[in-house]
Amino acid sequence: MIAIRVGAVVFVASVFQVAVFSGWQLLGGFPDVLLVTVVSVALLRGAVAGALAGFAGGLLVDTATLGTLGVTSLLLAVAGQWSGRYGETNGRGRSFAPYLAVGVIAILVGVGGYLVHFLLGDAVSAGLALPPVLPSALLDVLIAWPVFGLCRAVVGTAPAEAPPREVELLV
Amino acid sequence: MLGVTLRRPAAGQLTSRSATALKRRVVVGVLVVLAIGLITVSFREGDSGRLSRAQDAGADALRPFQVAAERIAEPFEDGYRWVESLFEARSEAERLAEENEALRQKLAQAQLAVRENDRLRSLLRFRDGARFPRDYDGVAAAVIGRPAGAFSQAIVIAVGSKDGVRRNDPVVTQDGLIGLVTRVSGRSARVTLLTDEQSAVSAVDVRTNANGIVRHGRASRTTLVLDRVAKEDVVRVGDTVVTAGWESPRLASLYPRGIPIGLVTSVGQADTDLYKQVLVEPFADFRSLDAVLVLVPRETGTP
Repeated sequence: MIAIRVGAVVFVASVFQVAVFSGWQLLGGFPDVLLVTVVSVALLRGAVAGALAGFAGGLLVDTATLGTLGVTSLLLAVAGQWSGRYGETNGRGRSFAPYLAVGVIAILVGVGGYLVHFLLGDAVSAGLALPPVLPSALLDVLIAWPVFGLCRAVVGTAPAEAPPREVELLV
Repeated sequence: MLGVTLRRPAAGQLTSRSATALKRRVVVGVLVVLAIGLITVSFREGDSGRLSRAQDAGADALRPFQVAAERIAEPFEDGYRWVESLFEARSEAERLAEENEALRQKLAQAQLAVRENDRLRSLLRFRDGARFPRDYDGVAAAVIGRPAGAFSQAIVIAVGSKDGVRRNDPVVTQDGLIGLVTRVSGRSARVTLLTDEQSAVSAVDVRTNANGIVRHGRASRTTLVLDRVAKEDVVRVGDTVVTAGWESPRLASLYPRGIPIGLVTSVGQADTDLYKQVLVEPFADFRSLDAVLVLVPRETGTP
């Protein structure tokens, strides 16, 4: 049931990202609702859910935009994994975790996307591709509050892990 | 830790945490490998492979959802574009205002150039006309500065000794005499105006031939006084005063004869005064001097 909800949220976010938000340029950047959604899902449901959501969302985006399949999936899957691990460890229970995670991950995904396209031999100018990274990250942080709240309302929060009842002795 | 019983997992058995971590790593690893595989296949097979066809089909399947999303977002996009157009209109208005300001400055410069052109033409006409004193060459010069403060009535012009200008050369405009060169450098010169307290010019009433000395007026900076006019000499309001240009075997006036100075505006006479009190309104406008002519004597040496 949770998987369906997460899938629905990611699907809606992907479609709206491709159809609507990619064309909105604000302050020199572009808001990435899908990225924020993936980070939110990862923070709420864990690293595995985040990675799966990122992969699926990226696949939808690449499919809908007829781009090179796998590029966005790779970036968002890694982003979901990192965000999930942050949420499971240092970011657990911290109110600023969504904003910090979204800001950092947005910058890393922006730079990483440029590197991946560069490795693939795409004609991408760093002077054109990198300047929007910071404003885009700022916009993502700004929309993190409503998107995270919406995601929490839809997919809920993963139950906290029970404290360890056994230890592993490494001798 | 003593007294606490720790259960050691059997060999080959994973704890729940280890299992979770392993599961996570496996999932992420698989996803990353899958993504890289997709990139590789998509990149290598181009637009004609199976993956590409699947992608096309997927894109077609997603298209209705995209259209629906566009429709849903259309009012918001319209609102966004409306706000954006407001900002664009504002920036456009600012750009037009800047352009208008630039054009206004250009217009002002053009008007100044036209005015300067008219004055230079007048200077040229004056230099080539009958009023221009013989045995002098006119060196046109732009006014490039004025000393700060009200203590000195002077201008700085853009010609100097390298242009043939020397100390004590008279300086005129098309309207009349304005002063005398009092300091010369290579490419500039300082001209002390008639309105300066140090200036004095021998002058004569053209109509009656009454002689006197034109000095600065005490009442204002723009009025001159024809001093040392004998009481018996006749001077009337409206008479023209020009330079006397006297010459003796040993000395000669610094100014050539006949350069217009001004019009007599007031003539007074008191029993206690030795001379008439004659006020002269100068022809030249000392407040708006843009270009002048320096009268350089053709003969070498001091005139």
